[in-house]
Amino acid sequence: MKILVPVKRVVDYNVKVRVKSDNSGIELTNVKMSMNPFDEIAVEEATRLKEAGKVEEIIAVTIGPDKAQETLRTAMAIGADRGILVKTDDAIDLGGVEPLAVAKILKGIVEKEKPDFVIMGKQSIDDDSNQTGQMLASLLDWPQATFASEIALEGGKAKVTREIDGGLETISVDLPAVITTDLRLNEPRYASLPNIMKAKKKQLDTIEIAETGVESTPRLKVIEVKEPAKRSSGEIVPDVDTLIQKLKNEAKVIG
Amino acid sequence: MTLLVVAEHDNKDLKPSTLNTVAAAKAIGGDIHVLVAGHSCQAVADAVSKVGGVSKVLKAEGAHLEHGLAEGLASLVLEHAGDYSHILAPGTTFGKNFMPRVAAKLDVQQISDILSVESENTFTRPVYGGQAIAKVESSDAKKVITVRTTGFDAVSAEGGSAEISDISAGDPNGKSKFVSLEESKSDRPELTSAKIVVSGGRGVGSGENFAIIEKLADKLNAAVGASRAAVDAGYVPNDYQVGQTGKIVAPELYIAVGISGAIQHLAGMKDSKVIVAINKDEEAPIFQVADYGLVADLFDAVPELTEKL
Ligand SMILES: Cc1cc2nc3c(=O)[nH]c(=O)nc-3n(C[C@H](O)[C@H](O)[C@H](O)COP(=O)(O)OP(=O)(O)OC[C@H]3O[C@@H](n4cnc5c(N)ncnc54)[C@H](O)[C@@H]3O)c2cc1C
Ligand SMILES: Nc1ncnc2c1ncn2[C@@H]1O[C@H](COP(=O)(O)O)[C@@H](O)[C@H]1O
Repeated sequence: MKILVPVKRVVDYNVKVRVKSDNSGIELTNVKMSMNPFDEIAVEEATRLKEAGKVEEIIAVTIGPDKAQETLRTAMAIGADRGILVKTDDAIDLGGVEPLAVAKILKGIVEKEKPDFVIMGKQSIDDDSNQTGQMLASLLDWPQATFASEIALEGGKAKVTREIDGGLETISVDLPAVITTDLRLNEPRYASLPNIMKAKKKQLDTIEIAETGVESTPRLKVIEVKEPAKRSSGEIVPDVDTLIQKLKNEAKVIG
Repeated sequence: MTLLVVAEHDNKDLKPSTLNTVAAAKAIGGDIHVLVAGHSCQAVADAVSKVGGVSKVLKAEGAHLEHGLAEGLASLVLEHAGDYSHILAPGTTFGKNFMPRVAAKLDVQQISDILSVESENTFTRPVYGGQAIAKVESSDAKKVITVRTTGFDAVSAEGGSAEISDISAGDPNGKSKFVSLEESKSDRPELTSAKIVVSGGRGVGSGENFAIIEKLADKLNAAVGASRAAVDAGYVPNDYQVGQTGKIVAPELYIAVGISGAIQHLAGMKDSKVIVAINKDEEAPIFQVADYGLVADLFDAVPELTEKL
């Protein structure tokens, strides 16, 4: 089997971001960027399936700037066999290439590469859209299994356990399908130095976004980006008695 | 203008998230229709017909709609999409799952997790784990929207008298099948709608120790939540997770116990009215958002609090 893993270059999850002073977006110059954590989980899962002999080839794909090559190299250091960069100079967090356009571009790649399924993150931690996987599945008329915490491949189907608000749901989808990852699916490995070196030699193809034929003008115009309202600073209470007294008499949130 | 809200329910009860979503639809303005898609879900349709501000209930019943699988639900919504200017669903795992399928087929860029309505085409939404709020204007002819439930006060579940009309259940899409549901059952209030939430983090140390969190919650008639670290460590089930990639809560009172206050956790609870933090590390970032902080060992402070309340 062959699988496609879309990976996105996003701000590192440890970074406390700043809003640009002109309120046009988030300041990304000189900020640490990494692979979207959910996508790392997707690459790890794909790699484990390959190690288990269930998958022959893993293709990582990213839509992003030149620098997103690093994200592909990271994917290849974990276990992807080759990478595709769909290059754009537009933003990929806000007001640039949006999930709908990403899904359309991925659809084109799926039609060319013909993977048996696609595994990707449930959500980018920059735009927090949680859309692209579902949109891709929809455009391809494929079934989907989102928020996966367990995946079992059996006889042309995937049995997937999903993390939902009410607990854990298990569904079975026919392949090809789109699967999106949740936090408990696996714990991604750290790429070893030899694998990082090997990744540098793996095949990486670049295509310009214009070559995909997908119209990627944003549909959502970003009017402004602001910091959320600050909470007024609180106080440290000395003991449990004071806490109870404050909650009762000052905050009036308990009887 | 007519808007469609897709109801979240379990075929018996309407989920409160639907009432917040109707509130968002009301803020946009226009006639509000609500789709109840399910199996043997007459009781839900009846409940929706009484919701304030709803003018019509569309009820679609079919075995393939019982579990709200995305494929069938999306194609059903798409059959009716032509009649509506806006299509809304709660930004819960239910809405997040199927709505982008609808949007993609309509060639619409979905607007996820709206926090407020500025006009019929302009909305605010949190980005970067709530570290920023973006105001966005949609140029799409139709708007496909998921609603951050904490952004809108629920409309009243009473006072309406909408007609219920039966519609066809649409295509059973055979490519996806429900297998099982491991439902987390609890006698406590539901996490996202509880007035008080007590959450435990890695500091609690084990699943057994979580009993002290639960005792405090029971004393306060509160829901129990957790950080990702506590869920990953297996102290509590996944659906307890509060945060950027878990549940979003905004209760009257949120008590964070043994939680450091990572950005991703704050994203899910910092709109709570009053926040209490109990942590033995006075440097923990959680204290920066807490109204009342108690620097203490949770194993002393929490039992004492439970006892004295
Ligand atoms: C993609 C991604 C998504 C994420 N999504 C979420 C999410 O939705 N929700 C979420 O919560 N996290 C999320 N995280 C994880 C987040 O970054 C933090 O790792 C996590 O919130 C930490 O949990 P914690 O505060 O319980 O643990 P820690 O950070 O380890 O903090 C434990 C705290 O307990 C205190 N403590 C220890 N012992 C005691 C004691 N005896 N008495 C009092 N205090 C004590 C310590 O001082 C410490 O502050 C996400 C991370 C990533 C990468
Ligand atoms: N620019 C991109 N390049 C590659 N994959 C992407 C891109 N944007 C989103 N994705 C994929 O879609 C998932 C969900 O993203 P989103 O819908 O933006 O929350 C991510 O976890 C990625 O797997």
